Amino acid sequence: MKEPENIIEFKQILEAALLTAGQPLSLDDLLKLFAGRMERTTLRMLLDELKQDWAQENTAKTLELVQVATGYRFQAKPQFSEFIARLSPEKQPKYSRAVMETLAIIAYRQPVTRGDIEQIRGVAVNPNVMRQLQERDWIDVVGQREVPGRPSLYATTKHFLDDLNLRSLSELPPFEDFAQSEIPLEN
Amino acid sequence: MQTQLTLGIRVHGETLSELPQDLYIPPDALEVYLEAFEGPLDLLLYLIRKHNLDILDIPMAQLTAQYMEYVEKMKVIKLELAADYLLMSAMLIEIKSRMLLPKPVEVAEEDDPRAELVRRLMEYEAIKLAAQRLDAMPQVGAEIQVAAAYYQHIAEVKPIDVSLDELVEAWRNVLKRAKLTTHHKIGKAELSVREHMSLILRRLKADGMVEFSALFDVVTEGLPKLVVHFLAILELAKEGLIRITQQQAFSPIYLQANTSE
Repeated sequence: MKEPENIIEFKQILEAALLTAGQPLSLDDLLKLFAGRMERTTLRMLLDELKQDWAQENTAKTLELVQVATGYRFQAKPQFSEFIARLSPEKQPKYSRAVMETLAIIAYRQPVTRGDIEQIRGVAVNPNVMRQLQERDWIDVVGQREVPGRPSLYATTKHFLDDLNLRSLSELPPFEDFAQSEIPLEN
Repeated sequence: MQTQLTLGIRVHGETLSELPQDLYIPPDALEVYLEAFEGPLDLLLYLIRKHNLDILDIPMAQLTAQYMEYVEKMKVIKLELAADYLLMSAMLIEIKSRMLLPKPVEVAEEDDPRAELVRRLMEYEAIKLAAQRLDAMPQVGAEIQVAAAYYQHIAEVKPIDVSLDELVEAWRNVLKRAKLTTHHKIGKAELSVREHMSLILRRLKADGMVEFSALFDVVTEGLPKLVVHFLAILELAKEGLIRITQQQAFSPIYLQANTSE
């Protein structure tokens, strides 16, 4: 094929690359497709158009183009998930409450040390919990707190955002939403 | 939005559906019981939210006695968890004793000793709900399927065909070098092209890919032998028994046996 010349051809190349990627592609990745013959702003515009083409209203398409933390990816529209899930006989095991609470603390309070997590949860952090989250590439060490012992500071990764379909942490439900009624202090 | 805890605890064959009001839990059931909670904060939160328990109403002496008994039992199993619960009861006792002390009027208003505990409880409660929300969000690998249409990313490398001119040029080079090293003629020899074809084929079979000039031993072989050798190569190529390739003009020429496919 010749170098693309019109919007339709540009979009077709983007579409083919994104459909075969299997993971999000960043704007920088996508610019490589056109070997320097594409402006960033134009690319954004084309991606927006592509997103429109595959939008939920278009019932002829079974995929949708979404933007997550590390870039753009095609994924099955949510209404098909339950069917596709039947293909994998083994369900992904649910994380324990300890894992999810630890993750929530890191997501909302990052960067935090193990000590911070223990202070909030009131129990010692099981090393296994941290390992599970690190192996999933949902958290990593971003530095050390300058106190005795220099404990590691943990934060959530971009991969975590990707896996939860988020572009940034600000898309998480606001923490204030979880505040419950005041515990009364009777005198 | 109250959090639901389902407790399926059996003590002496009877199912406990509700936390006993006097907080007494038989030590043999304790481990099971505590596993339903994520720790002392979680347990305390449950008592406060579900049973409207006033932090101050907990009978401290009794509670402490029980906790001590549990700790003794748990030393063997889960010392760390026991320590967490012990710390909590110590904190409760500290709060209660502060509250019981008469407050001197002239001392500036002291913070309510319960305030810090309430703050921690409420923060933990929010985290607990946030964790449930995160858990309910669609995830890649479960509810989200990322498109990955198949694409073979490895491009096929096709060897470049060698033109006859290049082969002739390479041959001339061999001859040139042969001239430089020939001293004298060794007697007559019967040279068979076919024999050389076999020699070359055997060599290619053993070494795989061989560079063109490496096939000519210009130092020890006389000119006629080199000619026969070259003829043998041409014959092999003609019969399609070998493949001759070159990446680009003037780069080394390689020979390899044409394995039947």
